[in-house]
Amino acid sequence: MKLHGVHVPHMKNTAECKGVRMPVPAAVTIPMAMHIGKPAKLIVKKGDTVKLGQLIGEADGFVSSNIHSSVSGTVQKVDEMVSSMGAKVPCAVIASDGKQELYEGIKPPEPTDFDSFISAVKLSGVVGLGGAGFPSFVKLSVKELSKIEHVVINAAECEPYITSDTRTMMDKGEYVFKGIEAIKKYLGAKHFVIGIENNKKEAISRMKELSAKTEGVEVHVLPSMYPQGGEKVLVFNTVNRVIPKGGLPLDVGVIVINVTTLAFIAEYLETGIPLVEKCVTVDGSAVKEPKNIIVPIGTPIKDLIEAAGGLKADPAKVLYGGPMMGLTVPSMDEPVLKNTNAIVVMDKNEAKQHKTTPCIRCGACLNHCPFRLNPRDIAHAYKMGDGEALKKLCVDLCMECGCCSYICPANRPLVQTNKLAKIKLREYLAEQKAQQEKEGK
Amino acid sequence: MEKLILSVSPHISGKRTTQSIMLDVIIALIPAAIASVVFFGIRSLLVICVCIATCMLSEFLFEKLCKRENTVLDLSSAVTGMILAFNLPVTIPLWQAIFGSVVAIIVVKQLFGGIGQNFANPAIAARIVMMTAFSGTMTAWVAPNAINKAVDALSTATPLVAESKGETPPSYLTLLLGTHAGCIGETCAAALILGGLYLILRGVISWHTPAAFIAVVAIMSFICGKDALYQVLSGGLLLGAFFMATDYSTTPSTKWGKIIFGIGCGLITILIRFWGNLPEGVSFSILLMNILTPYISKLTQNKPLVGEAKV
Ligand code: SF4
Ligand code: SF4
Repeated sequence: MKLHGVHVPHMKNTAECKGVRMPVPAAVTIPMAMHIGKPAKLIVKKGDTVKLGQLIGEADGFVSSNIHSSVSGTVQKVDEMVSSMGAKVPCAVIASDGKQELYEGIKPPEPTDFDSFISAVKLSGVVGLGGAGFPSFVKLSVKELSKIEHVVINAAECEPYITSDTRTMMDKGEYVFKGIEAIKKYLGAKHFVIGIENNKKEAISRMKELSAKTEGVEVHVLPSMYPQGGEKVLVFNTVNRVIPKGGLPLDVGVIVINVTTLAFIAEYLETGIPLVEKCVTVDGSAVKEPKNIIVPIGTPIKDLIEAAGGLKADPAKVLYGGPMMGLTVPSMDEPVLKNTNAIVVMDKNEAKQHKTTPCIRCGACLNHCPFRLNPRDIAHAYKMGDGEALKKLCVDLCMECGCCSYICPANRPLVQTNKLAKIKLREYLAEQKAQQEKEGK
Repeated sequence: MEKLILSVSPHISGKRTTQSIMLDVIIALIPAAIASVVFFGIRSLLVICVCIATCMLSEFLFEKLCKRENTVLDLSSAVTGMILAFNLPVTIPLWQAIFGSVVAIIVVKQLFGGIGQNFANPAIAARIVMMTAFSGTMTAWVAPNAINKAVDALSTATPLVAESKGETPPSYLTLLLGTHAGCIGETCAAALILGGLYLILRGVISWHTPAAFIAVVAIMSFICGKDALYQVLSGGLLLGAFFMATDYSTTPSTKWGKIIFGIGCGLITILIRFWGNLPEGVSFSILLMNILTPYISKLTQNKPLVGEAKV
């Protein structure tokens, strides 16, 4: 069996561009929610002086994450902002003094066992850097370590434009393998697979070269067929297992970790410097000099774009992430987040889409969905308000990868409909449950 | 600064549009259209143009009247017109061609909700209506070039009918080239195969339906002691298998659905050709399978990749 997908343009224009550090921005805006889970608790106030790497937001609850200052300077104000996920969250605006003085408390964590390793990962503030933003320490806190059969390292980077993971492999290859050693040591995992799309020849040979020196690491070359980097797709294509609906990779004995996240963890174990900067691909038709830029978290997008030579055309659409799954940004003042791996700025032409026309029942959507869903029928069931049909059509399985919308000749907004249909299904199931409970009484 | 666009992902889309798909179908039909002009004379071009124009105009006016979004630019009505014309004899009176086109677009397509909503292939349904209404003119096939020579062209039997009438059937080469009697666009097997392959290579249609359809006709003919190649090359089989049994709205979307659809078409075609009273069974077989399409689709749905927990 093969999973379907679509061929998207690669546009990996920046694959050769080693990350360059940009000048320190005048101020950064750091929201307390750059991860999935509960927002962190803001622990600084207006007027406080902070140093680079100093804790400013404390993980609150189990699924949450620490947040650190990405500059040295003074807290200008504490405010509220709408996060990329749509909720209102507190944020700190820090004016930088340009010195980037490191916080005195920083020292390498030196873990000795599983527990101290997990708490080190927690302290570092790292979250899934491939875009998911799930706190990494939660993912690595595996209760039964013997269950882990494979660790799949996600280096597919299947989104157009983005090359930041490629740069991790090229520039920080040793750290990827140090990360592997750490997981081996503290989680006892033995078998590692690095999944890379075949359009990254140099990264593949670099990883192969390094894996030859390490036991139990396999480099798995994937076809360039979007979405190889989708967690379920990757696990299926590398170790041939199907993560059950609503389940986790661990249900089939697998841990999936993004390659940049892994390299960061290894680097953190050496330096003790928490997650305060990101290597971000800046590209898109409106960007003058597309490149990879190492940027302090919280830097306004406009400063980042300035560092990429500015714009050559009026921006029509700005994205956090790539064009297949990226989120649109309402303004250039929005900050770079922990899980931002690319900023894509599209000009008018690139942002233009075909007109939406009636569905011609061509079947392209359902024949390209990696999960074999039927977006055409889902759209119909949603329109009819048929919760039972949505349940049968498994709309809750949809990962919103965008293959269906991308391939639809009528340019139907299928992903959008699926999102709405998921909400509808949740309501329907809740209603059904309430009904059953009532009858039970 | 201008406002930035906010929208749900994805932010890029593939190149193909409904219009480009329909344009590809038109391109694929052009070789057969050229062949028809060469063999049957310029009147075949006239019939084709009249059908296309009537179809597009009917679509335009009907949608205007119903205040529906206008879809005439997606070219699907032009494709319907072209395919309908291909299914008519070159001698067809123009008013009948116009009537057929109006039936195809308004009755079969628009009254069911327009593109993507109709259950029957408009060209086929219209052809069948015309067969019933104008059985005389609809079967007035002429030999190639006859129309140029004499105004009152003599009707000639098509290859499928020739056999039953005891006439010498045309050779394979004649069938391949299309220099025999028949409807405008169905005689030149070579041109139809060329067009069909073009659509398959462009990914507009998948090979499953035509392959199943043609294979079943060939195998069943062989089993029934008929000349398999002759059966495949004659009549409307190739036109039907490549261009009408692959219509999106009226046929299943999944691989197995398409295969079942093709097999069904093949079996019904054989049934009608060998044991029925009609001269040709392709149109009827596709129409009957169109009716079964919702059931086939249901049976051959893709199973979502749900997986099960591993212990
Ligand atoms: S791809 Fe678009 S036009 Fe084709 S069946 Fe799906 S929704 Fe309809
Ligand atoms: S239905 Fe969901 S999972 Fe399937 S292609 Fe569309 S967005 Fe991707």
